[in-house]
Amino acid sequence: MSTYPTPQRHHILSVLVQNKAGVLARVASLFARRGYNIFSLAVAPTEDPQFSRITIVVDVEGTTLEQIVKQLFKLIEVVRISELDPQKSVERELFMATVRTDGENRGQIVELANIFEAKVLAVGVDALTLSLEGSPEKLDDFEELLRGYGIVELQRTGRIALPKLDREAHSRAVKGKAS
Amino acid sequence: MKITGAEALIKALEMESVDVMFGYPGGCILPAYDPLLKSSIRHILVRHEQGAGHMAEGYAHVTGRPGVAMVTSGPAATNLVTPLCDAYMDSIPMVAITGQVSTTAIGTDAFQECDTVGITRSITKHNELVMSAEDLPLAIRQAFHIATTGRPGPVLIDVPKDVLQNSMTWHWPTDEEVQASLPGYHPTTKGHPRMIKEAAKLMLAAQRPVLYLGGGVLKSRAAEVVREIAELLNIPVVTTLMARGAFPDSHPLCLGMPGMHGTAAAVTAMQKSDLLIALGARFDDRVTGKVSAFAQEAKIIHVDIDPAEQGKVRRPDVPIVGDCKLVSIEILKALRELLDGGEVQADIAPWRSRCSGWQEQFPLAYEPSAPGAALKPQFCLEQIRDHAPEGTILVSGVGQHQMWSSQYWHFDEPYTWVNSGGLGTMGFSVPAAIGAKVGRPDKTVWAIDGDGCFQMTAQELITASISNIPIKVGILNNSYLGMVRQWQEMFYGERYSEVDLGGGIPDFVKWAEAMGCVGIRVDSPEEVAPAIERANSINDRPVVVDFRVEEFEKVFPMVAAGASNDDIILPPSQNERREYLR
Repeated sequence: MSTYPTPQRHHILSVLVQNKAGVLARVASLFARRGYNIFSLAVAPTEDPQFSRITIVVDVEGTTLEQIVKQLFKLIEVVRISELDPQKSVERELFMATVRTDGENRGQIVELANIFEAKVLAVGVDALTLSLEGSPEKLDDFEELLRGYGIVELQRTGRIALPKLDREAHSRAVKGKAS
Repeated sequence: MKITGAEALIKALEMESVDVMFGYPGGCILPAYDPLLKSSIRHILVRHEQGAGHMAEGYAHVTGRPGVAMVTSGPAATNLVTPLCDAYMDSIPMVAITGQVSTTAIGTDAFQECDTVGITRSITKHNELVMSAEDLPLAIRQAFHIATTGRPGPVLIDVPKDVLQNSMTWHWPTDEEVQASLPGYHPTTKGHPRMIKEAAKLMLAAQRPVLYLGGGVLKSRAAEVVREIAELLNIPVVTTLMARGAFPDSHPLCLGMPGMHGTAAAVTAMQKSDLLIALGARFDDRVTGKVSAFAQEAKIIHVDIDPAEQGKVRRPDVPIVGDCKLVSIEILKALRELLDGGEVQADIAPWRSRCSGWQEQFPLAYEPSAPGAALKPQFCLEQIRDHAPEGTILVSGVGQHQMWSSQYWHFDEPYTWVNSGGLGTMGFSVPAAIGAKVGRPDKTVWAIDGDGCFQMTAQELITASISNIPIKVGILNNSYLGMVRQWQEMFYGERYSEVDLGGGIPDFVKWAEAMGCVGIRVDSPEEVAPAIERANSINDRPVVVDFRVEEFEKVFPMVAAGASNDDIILPPSQNERREYLR
């Protein structure tokens, strides 16, 4: 079973790139060429259609991470790279799984889904397809519990992340303005 | 006014002040060759697309301006892969234009189609497939901007045939438009003031400093200011293979080339140093030897325009991201301020005398040939050097002859040495020399080649003959793949595997003559000088001198691959003095 990298080694890079043909290939081939491993990858346009955001989870030590960031930044179409500290960011991922059921345990699986606030997407004679959106750790837990019933197919999107909003900084700024 | 994409492409190259390009026409690039007929740009028709790429590199090496190569799609583009990678490794500014099948045919495995941008992605600083004629001028402007700023490198523009044929309204983008189109590209050129001050302090405090100059010193045209720094503090200097000429070999502070085949003085000074001031150098494995055993007591000041070089191999104590010249000017200023403010430089006289001791004890040395015995390649090089007109440009291929060239030539001016450092491309010499001669027609250009290298790209001498580019080629012909043979002798128990090039074939003199050159064969030491004088006197066609040299000559000193620089292998005649290296 693949689990997420340990916290010390797991790093989230949020890479803002120009939304142009071939940019993802450029990023991916840089990782391959320099021997870095991508754990997960999510790409989509941002609020500004000129740019896309690539969220990459890598599983490396600090010095390698520094090289990855520097090498990535050499790509002409990479506009900004931020490393998101897992402690200071909100992360989400989507998970879908088809689980085998016999008549008897269907209820148990649905109950488990309810506890996790997962959704039942499809019901078959001998299987259920469930979806769950949440933090990657929560998805890990759910996946592990489902495994006992027999997972037929499983798909995860890879995580996306944004920095947590700093409420204190915000209130300071507001105060500054008022006085 | 409407013009075709092809006309826009050529016009854009003219706007970028391109005076010469190296190329080879073919199917998809055909439309671009038509407006070339009435262009001011000189086009040099090569005999193989690889030649076009290396010529563009040679041109860029000696002029500092980007070399331009233009070829068609498919096999022509793949033939350009080696020079692109070579230029990428050695940070050579170059713009390559490749034809591509029409936009409607892309992805269909059409005739002469290949995924050029995919293939060249990891060996170019940037590349771009241009999908509309309107986009061509901006793509060309971006290409020249990216190739020549920051850390220079090759940029490839892939242009489909219909993009060349379609008509467009000419618009030449402004600087602002170029900047706005590259929101992620802002190379840092000015060094951080605090780091610069820190560097200056370390330089004054160091007792065993060494200036470690790399190719970046030449790229940023910093040779003069770097010399001022060296002379201000009397710091010994080493020049890497990519930096030969950046500091005069004849200067009393110059220790020569470091690395695998560097001088014992340069290698040892770095090993024993307490401060390496790396300027535009990248701690290449050929310089460091075993990294963990490299200059263990040295603090590192690392000036490089590419932030990714900082800490890639060795973590610097003072990293300075910026242009070598701008940073060096600031360092010099900071040093003067500190000295004017009463700071005193540590006494480095003992260090200087240690370095000179190594130089005296361990000069580059070879055994001259016994009477009647075969020529020594080093002797041929010394003779070419001693007969060379002032400012001669030396170009080499890759292997033993390259190392001897770097060792035995006296480089006293920047931009007089052209070679393939990072990629180690055999066959580089002849086409690169042609490009260098095109860039500097006023200078004598000698290509030093091995017989292995020469056979890879010699056909470009036809280009040189027909286009009236009178270079001189000295083949150090030992009928062997000499460097590989040397490794097999030293590290594979003299088991020679596939290194004998079969002496006698080809007849290099006849081959040279067939290509429109003068061919001269040299067998004995007394023939060397007259042959060189004759070659130097011929300026209406290329000359090839076939020096038949000793087969088993080896390059010394040598640090074996992966070994520590402390374990440098000296020439046999200096072995008994080894203890002085401490």
